Amino acid sequence: MSRGPTMRRRPGFWRRVDAASRYSFPAGFMLLGLFVIGMPFGFPGQAELRPVYAMACVFFWTLYRPASLPAPVVALTGLLLDLLGLSPIGLWAVLLLLLQAATDAARRRLIAQSFMRTWMIFVGLAAGLAALAWLSQSLLDLQLLPLSPVGVELLAAFGLYPALAGFFIRAHRGPAAVELA
Amino acid sequence: MIRLSVPFRQALSRLTLPVMLMFSLGLVLIGRADQNFSGHMRAGLDDLLAPAYLLVSTPIEAAEHGTGMVGHLFDMQAENDQLREENASLLQWQAVAMALQAQNDALKATLHYVPSPAPRFYTGDVVADLGGVYARSVLVVLPVTTRDPDSMVGAVAMDGRGIAGRVVEAGARSARVLLITDLNSRIPVALGADGSPALMAGNNGTTPSLLYWAPGQPPAEGAMVLTSSVGGAFPPGLPVGVVHYDSPNDPVVLPLADLDSLRLLRLFSYPTNLPVLTPIPHSAPRLGHSRKR
Repeated sequence: MSRGPTMRRRPGFWRRVDAASRYSFPAGFMLLGLFVIGMPFGFPGQAELRPVYAMACVFFWTLYRPASLPAPVVALTGLLLDLLGLSPIGLWAVLLLLLQAATDAARRRLIAQSFMRTWMIFVGLAAGLAALAWLSQSLLDLQLLPLSPVGVELLAAFGLYPALAGFFIRAHRGPAAVELA
Repeated sequence: MIRLSVPFRQALSRLTLPVMLMFSLGLVLIGRADQNFSGHMRAGLDDLLAPAYLLVSTPIEAAEHGTGMVGHLFDMQAENDQLREENASLLQWQAVAMALQAQNDALKATLHYVPSPAPRFYTGDVVADLGGVYARSVLVVLPVTTRDPDSMVGAVAMDGRGIAGRVVEAGARSARVLLITDLNSRIPVALGADGSPALMAGNNGTTPSLLYWAPGQPPAEGAMVLTSSVGGAFPPGLPVGVVHYDSPNDPVVLPLADLDSLRLLRLFSYPTNLPVLTPIPHSAPRLGHSRKR
C-alpha cells in the first residue's frame, strides 16, 4: 500500500461510483430505517423507536465517520423525523444537530472508550434528548404531555444501540469504508 | 469552482453545523407561526409515501392473520363453525333491525321529521400507523375519485363498528386521520338513553376519558356513547363506545372501533350544519385554495 509519491490519474468512473456509494451508506441506511420503522407492524413502542433509531445512527456515525454524515443530512433527517412523527416541524432537526455537535466536541475522548462506556454514554445522551423533546413539545403545545414515552425511549435506547452498533461496526469496516474504495 | 485556501475551507466546514442549527430553529419558528406550512409538507410527504406503504402493508396484513394462508388452513373447520353461529345470530339481529327500521320510519312520518342531508363517503385502506410519540393518527389512502382534497379535511372516519377519528390533513392521494385516543381529540358526546351531554377527550391511551358531564348525573356504567351535535362540530347520533369506570369518579369510553388494528376506514364528509350568517353564493367557483388566513 505504501508506494511513495507517484502521479495518480483521476480514478475511473466505477471507482468514483464505489466511493460515492460508500460515502452515502450511513445516511442512506438511516433514511431507509426511518421509513421501515413507520410501516404498520403494530408492535408497542414502535413510534418511540423512530427517534431513538435516528439518534443511534447520528451518534455512531458522527463518532466514527463524521465525513459520511454532514450537518445538512442530519438536519434533513430531523425534518423527516418531524414530518413522520407528528412533532413540531424542525424540533428533531435541532435536537439531532445538538447531538451531532456534542458528539463532535467529545469525539477525541469518546473514540478511545470501550464499547460499554460508549453504550452508556449514548443511553445518557438519548435520555437527555428525549426529555428535551418532551419539554419542548409540552411548551410548544402548551399542554403537559405524558412522561411514559420518555421511559419507553430510554428502554429502546438501551436495547437498540448494541444491536445497531454490532451491525454498524461491520459496516464501518466494509460497505461504509471509503478508504477501501 | 473558486479555489479557496485550505484553512478557509476548514473554517467553512466547521460553520455548516451552526448554520444548519440556525436554519432548523428558524424552521421551528416558521412551523409555529404558519400552521398550514407544516400541514402541507406532511400531506406532500404522505402522498409520496402512501403508495409505498400500501405496497408493503399487504404482505404484512397477510402475515398477521395467523402466518398467512397456511395458518388459516389448520383452523378452517373451527373458524367455519364459529362463522356459522355468528351468521345465525346476525340474521336474527337483521330481522330485529328491519322491524325497528319500519317502526322508526312510521314514527318519523308521524312527527314530520326532516332528515339531515346525507353525507358523501369514501372508503380507504389504512396503510400506516404513523402515530408519533405524543400523537395517535393513521394514514388512509384516498381513492382516485376524490377531486378536491380540501373537502376531506374534517371528515369523520368510521370503521365497521364506530367512530375512529377525524381527518385533519388531506393530500391528493392520502389523508391523515387523528384518532379519538389522541391528546388533541375533543369530541362532544351524548351519554345513555336520555342523551346527557359530556366531552370525550383523548389521553394517548387506549380509552379516552369523559369530562364535563352534567353535575349530579354521573355517567352510568355500560351506557351507550353517541356523538352529539353540540357546537356543530360533529354530526349527531354516530356510535362511539360504551362507558366504563376504571376507578370511581374516572369514567372512560371503551371505543367500539378496533383502534389497534384499523384496516379499512370510511370517511364521511358531512355538509356543514352551522347556520349561514352571511349569504354565500354557492355557485361561485373556487379558485385554488380558498383557505386564506
